Amino acid sequence: MPKMIASRLLRLVLTLLTVSFATFVMVNVLPGDAINALIPIDAQQDQEFVEQVREEWGLNDPMLVRYGRWLGDAVTGDLGDSIVTGQPVTAEITHRLPITLEIMFVAVGLSLLLAVPLGVFSAYREGKRPDRVISGFAQLGLSMPVFVTGLILIYIFALKLNWFPATGWNRLSNGLGPNLKTVALPAMSLAITEAAVYTRVLRSDMIITLKENYILSARAKGLTDRFVLFRHGLRPSLLTLVTVVGLSVGTLIGGTLVVEFLFAIPGIGKRIFSAIYQRDFMMVQGITVLITAFYVIINTLVDVAYMVVDPRIRRTN
Amino acid sequence: MSESAALDVAEHQPTGDGDSVSAGRVASVLVVLKQMPWLTKFCVTWLILLVSAAIFADVIPGLANPDYQGFIFGDGKTNDGPSARHWLGTDNVSRDILARLIYGARVSLIFAVSGVAVGVTVGCILGSISGFLRGFVDTSVMAFVDVMLSFPALVGLLFVTTLLEARGLFILCAVTAIFVWPRFTRVGRATAITVSGQDFVSAAKAIGTSRRRILLREILPNVFPAVLAYGLVSMAILIILESTLSFLGLGVEIPTASWGGMIAQARQDLLINVWPAIWPSVTLLLTVYSFNNLVDWLRAQTAVRSAAV
Repeated sequence: MPKMIASRLLRLVLTLLTVSFATFVMVNVLPGDAINALIPIDAQQDQEFVEQVREEWGLNDPMLVRYGRWLGDAVTGDLGDSIVTGQPVTAEITHRLPITLEIMFVAVGLSLLLAVPLGVFSAYREGKRPDRVISGFAQLGLSMPVFVTGLILIYIFALKLNWFPATGWNRLSNGLGPNLKTVALPAMSLAITEAAVYTRVLRSDMIITLKENYILSARAKGLTDRFVLFRHGLRPSLLTLVTVVGLSVGTLIGGTLVVEFLFAIPGIGKRIFSAIYQRDFMMVQGITVLITAFYVIINTLVDVAYMVVDPRIRRTN
Repeated sequence: MSESAALDVAEHQPTGDGDSVSAGRVASVLVVLKQMPWLTKFCVTWLILLVSAAIFADVIPGLANPDYQGFIFGDGKTNDGPSARHWLGTDNVSRDILARLIYGARVSLIFAVSGVAVGVTVGCILGSISGFLRGFVDTSVMAFVDVMLSFPALVGLLFVTTLLEARGLFILCAVTAIFVWPRFTRVGRATAITVSGQDFVSAAKAIGTSRRRILLREILPNVFPAVLAYGLVSMAILIILESTLSFLGLGVEIPTASWGGMIAQARQDLLINVWPAIWPSVTLLLTVYSFNNLVDWLRAQTAVRSAAV
């Protein structure tokens, strides 16, 4: 078991190295010179000045040398400076990360809040009308692109009913109420699709669990349906759901980017979007590696948790 | 009712020569289609309509030019309601919404189909090789796939398309292909591993068939259906991806019509006229839903069949 965890960790490090290197190569091979972001085009007449800036930013060194330097700094937590604003990338990320994480966590929370009762009830009434209705809605939810859900929510709850602001963000330091008001619609836009996925996963696992003998014996003892469902049925049906929640972090990152664009929220996604536009290579590099790290770490944790929870997986691996 | 239909077919089924086998097969397909739920029938009809409209967009009689802005030439209004000339009205620069929806379908479908085509091809070949040979080849292919999968695809896509500046549909499809194949390869590999363990493969090995021949004759043909099924699932995902990119302003360049681009444009005037946003949203939703519904139905169908066997 410790050996297995060690190999997972090794793979995690290797993945991060490869992704950061791939991003670095991509940034450097694709058209678009970093010098254009550093100096306005008019000032580039002055060759000497251009050379000086190039030297200063180390743009003249071979790619591998620059990657090595970046990596050496990155290990110590320094992701370099933005070539547009001159600010350290790490500072910018730590400033914006809480916003993005909050949206994601609230979205996952809302999805689970919706999905667990719906999934359980759907499985309990398998094939009956409630199940068909819930499954139909889940299928519809799966088909909703995040930006369409977001627009519908904006139209109804911001423009027509005026319950929530259509754009913008209030930090948690401005008070919980205003903060929750700005997180509600973005998180909901993400949650609808996620909830649909979770409901389907939980439903199919739960259907299998409910056919087990211990459920039958629990019922035979005269326990109430609700008790049997949530106390006996739910826990053994959660394994796939946990994995899917872990995996959905990947899609959530993409979704959060769209949501931050749609609601004009100053999070990581919005920043990488503007960084790409401004050719702010250091920023793109830093955020890409951070996102990848986040995704890979979560999935490694899920894998390890899985091994801890279910001994059978330990053996088959 | 469904039972009687099945009996009916069985009665009419000729027996004996080779021709009847295919006739029987056609008949059984017809029975399956007859038993299709009405919702799935509706979805299939919608998809057929959509695909034919996209293919024949140029020759549909009376269909407006999707880029024609009537108000410039004094024969059209912006944000116009439905009329005989503009069935779904016009958008905020007076272009015909229906025409733009149909030409937008072309972009969506070409994007999705090309992504699936690349995915299925690479996924079948690489997945089969990886899953059948195992060992070093498998480890290295899968390591590469893992890295590709952990790379935030949307970020990569945005990045490459922004830097390339020219965003023709072809470039867009090509860049997407880079991020599409890993999942297909995973599916292909997983299937190849299962197939490799089956008796007919062991039998082929036992009679001394070369590995290449086993790969081509036994593994690939059996991996293909599974990967293709995954391709159908991916159609919905790719259509969403295309519309999202267009919505973010990173899809095909304007003024080329695309559903996401139409929604992005209509978004600016949501309070003045909501219809130019509703039509493309409904079209997008219906299309994605239809693919998902069809996939679910096919899945249930194959599950029933394998359970019956």
